[in-house]
Amino acid sequence: MSKYSAFSLARHALDPDLPWPRAWRSPEPKASYDVVIVGGGGHGLATAHYLAKNHGITNVAILERSYIGSGNVGRNTTIIRSNYQMGANTGFFEHSLKLWEGLSHDLNFNCMVSQRGQVVVAVSPVQMDVFARRGNIMRLNGIDAELLDRGEVMKLLPYLDYSKDARWPVCGAIHQPRAGTARHDAVAWGYARSADMAGVDIIENCEVTGFAIENGKVTGVETSRGRINAGKVAIAVAGHTSHVAKMAGLRLPVESHILQAFVTEPLKPIVHHVVSWGAELFYLSQSDKGGLVFGGHIDGFNTYTQRGQFAKIRDVAECAVSLMPFTSRVRLLRHWGGIQDMTPDGSPFICKTPVKNLYLNGGWCYQGFKATPASGWTYAHTIANDEPHALNRDFSLDRFEKGNELDEFGIGNWTYKQ
Amino acid sequence: MRLACPHCGPRDYSEFRYGGDASKQRPPHGTTGHGTGDLQTWHDFVFLFDNPKGPHLEYWQHVLGCRRWFTLTRNTATNEVGEPK
Repeated sequence: MSKYSAFSLARHALDPDLPWPRAWRSPEPKASYDVVIVGGGGHGLATAHYLAKNHGITNVAILERSYIGSGNVGRNTTIIRSNYQMGANTGFFEHSLKLWEGLSHDLNFNCMVSQRGQVVVAVSPVQMDVFARRGNIMRLNGIDAELLDRGEVMKLLPYLDYSKDARWPVCGAIHQPRAGTARHDAVAWGYARSADMAGVDIIENCEVTGFAIENGKVTGVETSRGRINAGKVAIAVAGHTSHVAKMAGLRLPVESHILQAFVTEPLKPIVHHVVSWGAELFYLSQSDKGGLVFGGHIDGFNTYTQRGQFAKIRDVAECAVSLMPFTSRVRLLRHWGGIQDMTPDGSPFICKTPVKNLYLNGGWCYQGFKATPASGWTYAHTIANDEPHALNRDFSLDRFEKGNELDEFGIGNWTYKQ
Repeated sequence: MRLACPHCGPRDYSEFRYGGDASKQRPPHGTTGHGTGDLQTWHDFVFLFDNPKGPHLEYWQHVLGCRRWFTLTRNTATNEVGEPK
């Protein structure tokens, strides 16, 4: 497999008959692997990449039920950021953002990481106090954050509703300049190509149908393409974590919910940042094609259908128009849904399980995409060493019984219970 | 999605509030007087979910209508809803 470079680009441009090689192989599954990763999404692919790169483990298979890029890695709103303020989250997501910053070079694949900055708009003086606190915590942890007053926000985001009768007055904002967006498909393809070049077998259209467990220890998986033996098995199927873990006899603090995302018709460049809102959960950025990409809350009842409800489309559109009145005449082009694991505290799991040699990565709630690099990095460490890294030690399954919840926003699956 | 309220008949789902898994049984309180009972049982009741991909017995409330609570079975793989009870 050849390295991508300016030279290879020129060579292919000058010789149109020279085909670009496939980015990854399509191997038949072997009878046995050191590590089998269940799920070929962003997190599974990243895990394989870091298993090879950081730990020298390359006898690895990734089993994907559908095709690479078909799940949540291609269904998110592509935002990356690290403005967290609680314990383990702060360090973990900052580690992730640092990996994002070098990702295109690391993978030799242009992930189009665009650090355009994220501005979270405050709608009350009290919220400015909350943002000041969050910014202070971030800065104490070496993360960039700045507080903007109303005048500074007016310069940065001149298209918000600053009128006297605005329902939600703009009081200021918190700004993380290093936040931004990345090209989600490229992240999947880049990790897949890199893992494949290291010798990892990516096996698409191969559904795991059961686990082989002997004396409390996992020894392999049953799949739609036969039995595959494994020294270690790593689950990374967020959205379907309960469904897969149940086959291993596990009952988890996870519910599957649908989150919708939306894109409008293409516009001339107008929104130059990722803009979020303090009045409701709402986040919007403008893609390179010009469409406004945005999202809000989950629909609010557990489901595995990737189809959203109209009421949520209306809610999110109301948010868009309240914050940015110009969007009222923009037409919605597409909307889609992704199924995500919701945990009671809104934080994920990257941990060992009660079954020996079976590992769990899931429960990503709203934050799976931005976590992709650090998730793979720490999960690879957990699998290789059979113990968590300091960065993911708190993302354990037993944190609820021990009283160590990480309820950053308190927006786990409780929304319907509040 | 449309749900059939036992009192008002079929209405849009946005008139309803979701109440979660109706098959869970609330554990009994302890007998010591301070009464939280067995912690593991309560942990499992509060934090663990069957989260099935298929039929799911659940609570709904017609919160923007008659405010009646009821249960129904919904298939979480298709959002097909059964008769309310």
